[in-house]
Amino acid sequence: MERFTGKVWVLGDDIDTDIIIPTEYLALKTIEDMRQYAFSPLRPDLASQIRKGDMIVAGKNFGCGSSREQAPEVIKALGIRCIIAKSFARIFFRNSINNGLLLIEQPDLYDDMREGDEITVEVNHHITYGGSRYPIASLPENLMEILGAGGLVKAMAARNGLSIS
Amino acid sequence: MGQTMIEKIISRNIGSDSVKQGDIVTVSVDRVMLDDIMIPFIVDKFHEMGFSKIWDPNKVVLIYDHLVPSSQQDDVRHYQVGDRFAEEYGLTHVHRSDGICHQLMTEAGYVKPGDVVFGTDSHTTTYGCVGAFSTGIGYTEMAAILGTGELWIRVPETIKIVIQGELPEHVMSKDLILKIIGDLGADGATYKALEFTGSTVENMTISSRMTMANMAIEAGAKCAVFAPDEKTAHYCGVELSEWEKNLKGDEDAVYCKTLIYQAKELVPVMACPSQVDKIRQVSQLEGTVIDQVFIGSCTNGRLEDLVAAAKMLEGKKVAPFVKLIVTPASRKVYQEADACGALKVLAQAGAVITHPGCGLCCGRTGGILCDGERVVATNNRNFLGRMGTSKVEIYLASPVVAAACAAAGKIVLPS
Amino acid sequence: MGMTIAEKIIARAAGVEEVKAGDIHTVTLDRMMSNDGTTHLTVDMYHNKLKNPRIADPGKMVFIVDHNVPSDNPKTAASQKKMRDFAREHGIDFWEGKGVCHQIMMEHYVCPGELIFGADSHTCTYGALGAFGTGVGCTDLLYGMVTGTSWVLVPETVKFNLTGRLPEGVYPRDLMLTIIGEIGASGVSYQVMEFCGDGAGTLSVNDRMVLCNLAVEAGAKTAIFEADQTALDWLAARGRKPAAVFKSDEDAVYEREYTFDLSKIQPVAARPDFVDDVVPAKEVCGVHIDEAFLGSCNNGRIEELRVGAAILKGRKVADHVRFLVVPASQQVYLQALDEGLIRVFMESGAIVMNPNCSVCWGSCQGVIGENEVLISTGTRNFKGRAGHPSSKVYLGSAATVAASAVKGEICTADML
Repeated sequence: MERFTGKVWVLGDDIDTDIIIPTEYLALKTIEDMRQYAFSPLRPDLASQIRKGDMIVAGKNFGCGSSREQAPEVIKALGIRCIIAKSFARIFFRNSINNGLLLIEQPDLYDDMREGDEITVEVNHHITYGGSRYPIASLPENLMEILGAGGLVKAMAARNGLSIS
Repeated sequence: MGQTMIEKIISRNIGSDSVKQGDIVTVSVDRVMLDDIMIPFIVDKFHEMGFSKIWDPNKVVLIYDHLVPSSQQDDVRHYQVGDRFAEEYGLTHVHRSDGICHQLMTEAGYVKPGDVVFGTDSHTTTYGCVGAFSTGIGYTEMAAILGTGELWIRVPETIKIVIQGELPEHVMSKDLILKIIGDLGADGATYKALEFTGSTVENMTISSRMTMANMAIEAGAKCAVFAPDEKTAHYCGVELSEWEKNLKGDEDAVYCKTLIYQAKELVPVMACPSQVDKIRQVSQLEGTVIDQVFIGSCTNGRLEDLVAAAKMLEGKKVAPFVKLIVTPASRKVYQEADACGALKVLAQAGAVITHPGCGLCCGRTGGILCDGERVVATNNRNFLGRMGTSKVEIYLASPVVAAACAAAGKIVLPS
Repeated sequence: MGMTIAEKIIARAAGVEEVKAGDIHTVTLDRMMSNDGTTHLTVDMYHNKLKNPRIADPGKMVFIVDHNVPSDNPKTAASQKKMRDFAREHGIDFWEGKGVCHQIMMEHYVCPGELIFGADSHTCTYGALGAFGTGVGCTDLLYGMVTGTSWVLVPETVKFNLTGRLPEGVYPRDLMLTIIGEIGASGVSYQVMEFCGDGAGTLSVNDRMVLCNLAVEAGAKTAIFEADQTALDWLAARGRKPAAVFKSDEDAVYEREYTFDLSKIQPVAARPDFVDDVVPAKEVCGVHIDEAFLGSCNNGRIEELRVGAAILKGRKVADHVRFLVVPASQQVYLQALDEGLIRVFMESGAIVMNPNCSVCWGSCQGVIGENEVLISTGTRNFKGRAGHPSSKVYLGSAATVAASAVKGEICTADML
């Protein structure tokens, strides 16, 4: 079973896609160009503080709003390993899975979580924080398949007889 | 056992009569909408996936709207990428300056009752106004559909919303949907379908239904649907088939929740900064000084919206030092508003009337604000920073309320 | 010794009997105009650089938001707010979204005989009504705003004798571009272009505005027509009266004189990146375009919209071309609505924007990208003026621009 540990950034409820990546920057050429602006309306410094392997813990309805897939892509580009929230908005959820960004729904962790602390995630099983275990559900099989393929692009490429590293 | 509207649409699509909520199924796509912001990303993903042709170019509609007119040098790159893709893969349904994608999809006849439609924009839920199943997806999934014509979906549970009776004067379908979003909460319908029914919606124009279907996403909904009727048939320019005539939720269908509203109890409301579900009665906000009013968007930029605003502003002037920006939803809406004199009334009142497009709603140009400014807007989102800096306050309202506020220079009830 | 119109206006403003070229005079300004290009800087200086900030006469001030309308980012919004708040606090006439500043000034303020400073180079437009309008920087404007006065070095006047009448299908814009092409971008630096002769009399006030507006592209301090009956009628129709009507004296001194026969003028275009690189329009026909622009303080009035609409009627804009039509003011827009011109443009597939400077200013709307080509009725075609540094701008008449929009490449109207 996949298991990893990392530092946590805590965000609130209803973190919308305009906060994750404002429209002003949506037409920049690449995700790399955009990522410095991630979360800028809410926390302008956050993008520069996040390190590879960090995680985000948030409240309800994370990723609500637009269908912009740049949202999960910039988060992934910042090096975020996974997002744990009370709940996720639908399109953001699909977009994240399709880009191989792991999302975990967990109802209680957010209320206990302190920013800067570390947590350990055992995928499809539980999260450990401050000596407590927070159970998490398994993702449906078809989604684990897409995640397992490394996202939808790779899954489709494989179907078309291409292999992408 | 009975079925909800969305279960019926999906059942027919996949050729099964036993589809039920929670099932994961693969649907055949009837139409897709690609917009200008996303097109370069769609094209990249399409090529990365190794596709060499589009499953059915006739089912693809490419619309430039977020970036029209261009406000930055790089904007035109999106048109160039789109034009090249259209030429290379034989796309013929390309709209370069005809208005907002969600307006055009039904207005130009691309979506019919019972269709399954996906678009690279969250407000794709709009097409439920004609009884289609439509929802927003990301560019990766769109690229996959372009190659395969298919997408997996989870059949959503449905929340049934019944509204009965006649809406009071100056209460529009916008007030109704804002009230519903306030009651459901911004995540109250996540992954679910909304099915609107009752005499109030039966008596509504398609335009008013569009406003409601459009904003379903603001409660997190996957889609929203209205049963097709004669108005739908007329609007879509089709005759309803027997199946389409019966396309409504069955009496014994399973709903996860039912909400019932009496239209006569509704009052004008606003969504206050910076959550769409932070709903207050306009009467509670009266006197709040404003800097700008925006009338437009796929939510409320249609002819009936402009006419309602024009009636409110006839013979009046926009308050001194207040900006009123009007952005019709489509070229057709603009032309009709010209023909009926609404544009003239609005311009005489002092409105800045722009070319149809997403305008201010998508926050790229069209009236961006700065710290300390307050705007009343008829669009669908008031998120932090959506129309400028995070210190801009956005109040969402109906066109008639917005117009009244523009004349008063502050939040007021229409009279 | 005799004086030219420009000299007489300066003499009046200086309160002296006579001035001559080369004199420096302190003048009382009749009016000052400032737009959102620079007003925020003037306001900043007003607050930060002055010991005793005051405004000599708020009634002489006009603030106009026209360059970025509607606003395209928080910075411009903040600049405009600063301007709006200042105007409100000091009781300054304030216009926002109602049109390009020079058009608003002509529609509502400018009177013959006045001396007007505007913080915009195309302030020379006001000469169409026999006023002396000239562009200044924001420091000059601030000084004028605080003291009500300024200093002026009396410029030499160059006489442009216009004879004959423009042929059908040839426009004042062709004439002025031809003149600029002939005399060069610095041909009349710091001088006044005085248009006179029987040909001048055939021109409407709109036509005169087209000529005067572009004078700065030849380096002129301003350009001027005598306020004849045509001008006075135009003024009276708008309920205004002249401050003074001046004619140049018989023995006035001109630095030099030119004569242009209007009947010989042909459609022309200015090639990138210089306004004085003027060639017959036929020479640039066939150049592929990405965008066309009909608008600006030079060529966005009802007369030009009529020309454009007549060409567009029953035709479609080429698929790959973005054709921006931008009326110069709300008045122009309303009239165009009434005359059915807006309907024609919308039916043809044009992008009809709200009155503002638009792509002539190169920001906010219609911005062109890398290697793109624009044909424009705007004022300038400098490098990068309309967007990306590698993009190209051609200047032509409303007819040439509209015809090119239909064809998808530069062409003259007779080639459709």
